Amino acid sequence: MTVASERLQTIEAARYSPRWIADRLQGAVLHVVIIGLTLAWIVPTLGLFVSSFRPFSLISSTGWWTALSPPFNFTLDNYVKVLSSNNLGTALVNSFMISIPSTVIPVTIAAFAAYAFSWMRFWGRDWFFLALVGLLVVPLQVTFIPLLTMFNKAGISGTFLAVWLAHTGYGLPFAIYLLSNFFRALPTDLFESAEMDGAGTLTVFFRIVLPLSVPAIASLVIFQFLWIWNDLLVALIFVGGSEPVAPLTVKIAGLVNSLGQGYHLLTAAAFISMIVPLIVFFSLQRFFVRGILAGSVKG
Amino acid sequence: MASVTYDHVVKRYTSDVTVVKDFNVEIADKEFMVLVGPSGCGKSTALRMLAGLETISEGKIRIGDRVVNDIAAKDRDIAMVFQSYALYPHMSVYDNMAFPLQMKRMPKAEIDKRVNNASRILGLDNFLKRKPRALSGGQRQRVALGRAIVRDPQVFLLDEPLSNLDAKLRGQTRIELQKLHHDLETTFIYVTHDQVEAMTMGDRIAIMNAGILQQVGTPDDIYDHPANLFVAGFIGTPTMNFVPVTMSDGSAKASGFDVKLPQHVPSEKGTLGFRPEAVTDRPSEFATLEMNVEVVERLGSDQFLYGSVGGDQVTARVDPRMKVAPGDQVRLGLDSRGLHLFDAQSESAFF
Repeated sequence: MTVASERLQTIEAARYSPRWIADRLQGAVLHVVIIGLTLAWIVPTLGLFVSSFRPFSLISSTGWWTALSPPFNFTLDNYVKVLSSNNLGTALVNSFMISIPSTVIPVTIAAFAAYAFSWMRFWGRDWFFLALVGLLVVPLQVTFIPLLTMFNKAGISGTFLAVWLAHTGYGLPFAIYLLSNFFRALPTDLFESAEMDGAGTLTVFFRIVLPLSVPAIASLVIFQFLWIWNDLLVALIFVGGSEPVAPLTVKIAGLVNSLGQGYHLLTAAAFISMIVPLIVFFSLQRFFVRGILAGSVKG
Repeated sequence: MASVTYDHVVKRYTSDVTVVKDFNVEIADKEFMVLVGPSGCGKSTALRMLAGLETISEGKIRIGDRVVNDIAAKDRDIAMVFQSYALYPHMSVYDNMAFPLQMKRMPKAEIDKRVNNASRILGLDNFLKRKPRALSGGQRQRVALGRAIVRDPQVFLLDEPLSNLDAKLRGQTRIELQKLHHDLETTFIYVTHDQVEAMTMGDRIAIMNAGILQQVGTPDDIYDHPANLFVAGFIGTPTMNFVPVTMSDGSAKASGFDVKLPQHVPSEKGTLGFRPEAVTDRPSEFATLEMNVEVVERLGSDQFLYGSVGGDQVTARVDPRMKVAPGDQVRLGLDSRGLHLFDAQSESAFF
């Protein structure tokens, strides 16, 4: 009995020790910071979202938060107007025309390259890889003039092809780096086992490496897609204002100038450009599953 | 029908790192050969050279009459079970076993027949649709075996297949593997660091140390006639007693006792070896050991005494009914049939 009660007491004492308090405080601080950051990101987005459904007269006279209490006064006018009158529909399609190939091409090339870098032996492999990592720190701005000169000579400036090529080039170093780090972490035994089972290089790549790398590839696709979708600079340089090719970002930047007064339309346009990345993120999010390798090796 | 021959095989990583040195073994068709040795002794490398996962620096490896040095792993007609099992985590048990057959472009019906047959032998019928992560360690191990069986290879290579199982399962699987070897009538080459696995499973055992083959023989042969000090100390638990001795007039003198040698030895200094069970309960005509007992271990079926004889540590296995307590002094003897003598310099055995 005495032993038991003594032990109880020590537990009680430990409960309010400085260490225990420090732990709790740390947890509380962490939560406050996380919630604060989340709010800082969400509030403007929410404001944009609410504003895009309000009539112009109200937007210019009261804050967006007043719309959250009655009387409710929402309208779809902004969306209808911006989509019909400003060619935003074409811009939306263009954005897809640029983003999808500019994601698929580099990710595909990177997957092959990363496999070679991590599991094939060839002359100068490590030096090539080092050079590739070096490319990560080259600012893309320094490439604009030579690249544009080249595209002009080739006569592809202002076409989708130019933007695809540019984005592929800019995206590859990071894509290869990320994927080869992931591929390299796959267990060696799997490759040896496949080799003994008679699988060739391509079979190993398509039937073993790719299915096991879905999480890495999904996150890469999200990164690359978002970066291209939100990119203004590269699109502006290589497409310019050329209406039939210009993506949403270029279009909206143009609207800021021409619709400086009517920014109720801008809210709708901005939200249209935001909704796509959100859909991409949430639909691929489920592929971020940990432990897909569980059960392959060890008991 | 496939025998396997290692003919003066060498594996060198750099000019001064040689992990397998002049390795010569002939493994007969349908034999269960165990390569055993401490970790880093080159046994796995020897196996991987045969598998085609490592290049051969020198010498030749033959499967049957065919030199396989330059033949790709997949064309050597061998199957390997990895220590980690190396199952494909995204494939079902069925697909894991079917994979090597699909690679050979075998017709679907034949694949189906072979996979079902293998899963019946291994008791995996009810798990064919599961992914490896939903299996226990023992089941995963059997899937790895199944993937080897379906290929119907000439030689099975097993690289420490039991080391990830718990002790009880390991004992069971040991027996199952022996049955499997009997049923399949194929050559098995089995790598392990566990001398119990080697002794219980092998038709023959090859013992390696530091890249050098020490001895090849049947388990009995190796246990009763170790070729050198290393083999004598590696095989058997508790390990053999080693006592430094000087020889004169056909007897060997240790610090605490003399023993008559059964044969003449052309050397003056050596190491006398005898297993704990070669110690007899009472003085024998060959030797009398006055032992100061320090620790007594009673295991029910056995009783081990640890203590000193003169200045040497000795372990003795005695009748469990003998009453001994730590601190006692007991008089024991030696069985002359269990005596080994090793050269002090070369460490190889005189007898």
